[in-house]
Amino acid sequence: MSYIKPTFRHPSSTKNEAGFYRADYEGKISTLCAGCGHDSINASIVAACYEMNIEPHKVVKLSGIGCSSKAPAYYLDNSHGFNTVHGRMPSVATGANMANKDLTYLGVSGDGDSASIGIGQFVHVSRRNLNMVYIMMNNGCYGLTKGQDSATADVGSLSKSGSTNQFSPIDMVGLALELGATFVARSFSGDKTQLVPLIKAAMSHPGFAFIDVISPCVTFNNNKGSTKSYDFVRDHIEATSEFDFVPVKEEIAVEYAAGSQKTVTLHDGSHIQLSKLNPDWDPTDRSSALDKLQKAKTAGEILTGLLYIDPESDDLHSMLRTTDTPLNELSQDVLCPGSKILEEVNAGLR
Amino acid sequence: MKPTNIKDPEYFHKVVDCQYACPAHTPVPEYIRLIANKKYTEAYMVNWESNVFPGILGRTCDRPCEPACRRGRLEGEEGPEEPVAICRLKRVAADNRGEVKHLMPTIPEEKNGKKIALIGGGPASLTVARDLAPLGYELHLYDEWHKGGGMMRTQIPSFRLPEKVLDEEVNYITDMGVHTHYNHYVESMREILEADYDAVFVGTGAPNGRDLKLPGREEADKNVHIGINFLASVAFEHKDKIGKKVIILGGGNTAMDCCRTSRRLGGEEVTVVVRSPFKDMKASPWEIEDAQREDIPILNNMPPKSFVVEDGQLKGMWFGHVRAEYDENGKRKLIPTGEEDTFIEADDVIIAIGQDNAFPWIERDLGIEFGKWDVPVIDDVTFQSTLPKVFFGGDAAFGPENIITAAAHGHQAAISIDHYCQGIDVNARLAPTTNLVKQKMGIHEWMYDSPVVDDERFVVPHEDQAISLKDRKIEVELGFDLPTGFKEAQRCLNCDIQTVFSYDQCIECDACVDVCPTSCITFTTNGDEEDLRGRLSAPANNLDQPLYVSEELPTKRVMIKDEDVCLHCGLCAERCPTAAWDMQKYLYGVTKATKIL
Repeated sequence: MSYIKPTFRHPSSTKNEAGFYRADYEGKISTLCAGCGHDSINASIVAACYEMNIEPHKVVKLSGIGCSSKAPAYYLDNSHGFNTVHGRMPSVATGANMANKDLTYLGVSGDGDSASIGIGQFVHVSRRNLNMVYIMMNNGCYGLTKGQDSATADVGSLSKSGSTNQFSPIDMVGLALELGATFVARSFSGDKTQLVPLIKAAMSHPGFAFIDVISPCVTFNNNKGSTKSYDFVRDHIEATSEFDFVPVKEEIAVEYAAGSQKTVTLHDGSHIQLSKLNPDWDPTDRSSALDKLQKAKTAGEILTGLLYIDPESDDLHSMLRTTDTPLNELSQDVLCPGSKILEEVNAGLR
Repeated sequence: MKPTNIKDPEYFHKVVDCQYACPAHTPVPEYIRLIANKKYTEAYMVNWESNVFPGILGRTCDRPCEPACRRGRLEGEEGPEEPVAICRLKRVAADNRGEVKHLMPTIPEEKNGKKIALIGGGPASLTVARDLAPLGYELHLYDEWHKGGGMMRTQIPSFRLPEKVLDEEVNYITDMGVHTHYNHYVESMREILEADYDAVFVGTGAPNGRDLKLPGREEADKNVHIGINFLASVAFEHKDKIGKKVIILGGGNTAMDCCRTSRRLGGEEVTVVVRSPFKDMKASPWEIEDAQREDIPILNNMPPKSFVVEDGQLKGMWFGHVRAEYDENGKRKLIPTGEEDTFIEADDVIIAIGQDNAFPWIERDLGIEFGKWDVPVIDDVTFQSTLPKVFFGGDAAFGPENIITAAAHGHQAAISIDHYCQGIDVNARLAPTTNLVKQKMGIHEWMYDSPVVDDERFVVPHEDQAISLKDRKIEVELGFDLPTGFKEAQRCLNCDIQTVFSYDQCIECDACVDVCPTSCITFTTNGDEEDLRGRLSAPANNLDQPLYVSEELPTKRVMIKDEDVCLHCGLCAERCPTAAWDMQKYLYGVTKATKIL
């Protein structure tokens, strides 16, 4: 057996502003099937965290159950991690986030984990606008159990075993838009030039940032007739715009003709730059995003890119007015102020 | 860029940096793997086929392979990696080999009727003999000394190369029915040409040590020695003593051998003085280290000025002081610093400042044309002189080089001599032999040890200095023991196991890009080379290393692999769902006059 990742990296690799090499954001060598789309998403997460100068110990990676949900073993080895019960990643993320708002919460899930067993959790985490990145690795099948159709499989998509899916798919992007998610995007594992900046923008967004990433299952759903295969996705992909994420310190480099671009400024001062903009669509207008999504679906296109962002997003913490200080940094006196304070509180409610 | 033509034998050859850098193109990773598999005899034969003197070279080679080693381009946790100890691994193969004579070619009883004279008994002539003897040539080897080996015997001290090792490998060749004419200095090429030889090979080396004409040189003559002559007279035991205080002039490997030999002949205060900066010294770094380890100071930027002789006895030398300045072309100028001259006491001075070719024995009216600096005009592919039946090789051909270069010349000259004698055009050279073989054994299993070890280069143990300085015949380096040899062998990256890409099987899933530890692989739109080198996954700034470019893929992109720091770990092939990447062993062999393996 010879399956060991060498420790050597390219000699030109440098530390980022936080003082870490890209290798510091990597994980164990992947045991997913060779060619799995998830590995490209893992690599994109590594690239995004490295480029965002996030300290690895300030990230929490969370997942549920499934191929997608074992992926956190393959990135961010130096970060916190929680592999939760099937479909229950949002609950754990909510609890962790409530306890400590200083960390970046990065959840990954699959289409089975999110759209079937965990759909209730997904619905509520969306509407609560929990400050987290939620990446759904979407391959349209249950890869871990040999490729049965999942709830995101398109009508008419042919499985590897030869059966055609008859049930209408759940479009998780449409659902998130309906539920009031404040950052909604779709991407493709085979398009890192789009996916990496999307993840970076999602991490900068204060609120629930959902990215549906189509990620072909190379073993069970990459056959002819499948609508989640590498070839099909490449043939039907339609980007809303060219997308770039511009961190706080950098100047916006490229200027496009008026009307064909839009710049969205995020809370932290960074920018999202959308160029070659689709004319009938405004990324800050929820209904135009829904409209655009429906039109693409009718045309048989897979619409990718940032679909909707609410630049005024208020996350769950600000809505609930919870403490800015992480619970683990509060002393016992503050956390348990004693019976005298309790009496005062009770008195105030009488 | 155009798609890379991997069918060109030189493309994958160049990826095997060590083999490519070796003048004889010894398949280094191949024999290193054999060593790791304890197949020392086989490893020896792979070497012997290619470089003829594995035991000798495993101790004395100039190792052009090591600076080329890919491992030296990597950065480890503790800083830059050192190359694999290729040379000393060769010695492991040589020291631990079993019986090899039966693996060597048999010499036909019946000769082919052609008679060849080999002038000079050094590595070049011996290589020609090795390659031609199995073909039935009658070979006559001339040397002025009583044994063969040439400069390997006269100029390399026994503490670096024991006589036993030398004799063994010289004898493998002379035992192939070569007629040796030892103690026979050839004084006239005309006489040789008038004899009934069908072809003549000249491998007489560069026998003239340079002298230094300075004030006092003649008066000091009995205590001033020319480096290579000094080493030869020590080797043949004509000289076994030297003064207590010795100055060595010069900064090459001969100077290092002279100073270390002096330490063994009674020199107590041995000093090497070079006129230029330390970093410009020609000696190999390891030879400089070995000299310094024997308490020999090396003084730099001190050009010699004069010899001081009192009452007919050498007292010492005066040296000036300079500093080096380099112009924009890198050309060096030595500028006096104005410091006061330094006097260094000496009982003996050894001048080791270089050596030249000399052919006083070749008459100039024979049709052998001599060019600039009075060296013969030689074809650099065929090694033929302007007199068709006369061939040159080794230092005699293009000036002082080294043993491995002499062996490389010998192989080519042997082909030319064979062609010449058989009436074939000497310019009709056969292409190298190449072989590309899949290495896949199963899931996660290759026919080679693909994991890349982190070990730093192992140090070869040395004999206790108190012992080795007493006797010039005691070998200083002890060689790797077998467990260390194995570990050092495992440091080899197996660069001959090539990453072969089939564009028509690629589904562009990016798995190889994601897994590659050194970011060698990129899928992008094509462009010209300069443009591409700047926009790959990692910058491809090493222009000596090629980019491997595929044909256009369905998404109109191409796969580009920068060969520079590929670890040959096989992970791209391991993670490839369609086997578009495959690991295949590439064996490149220089075609010889006789096929040995």
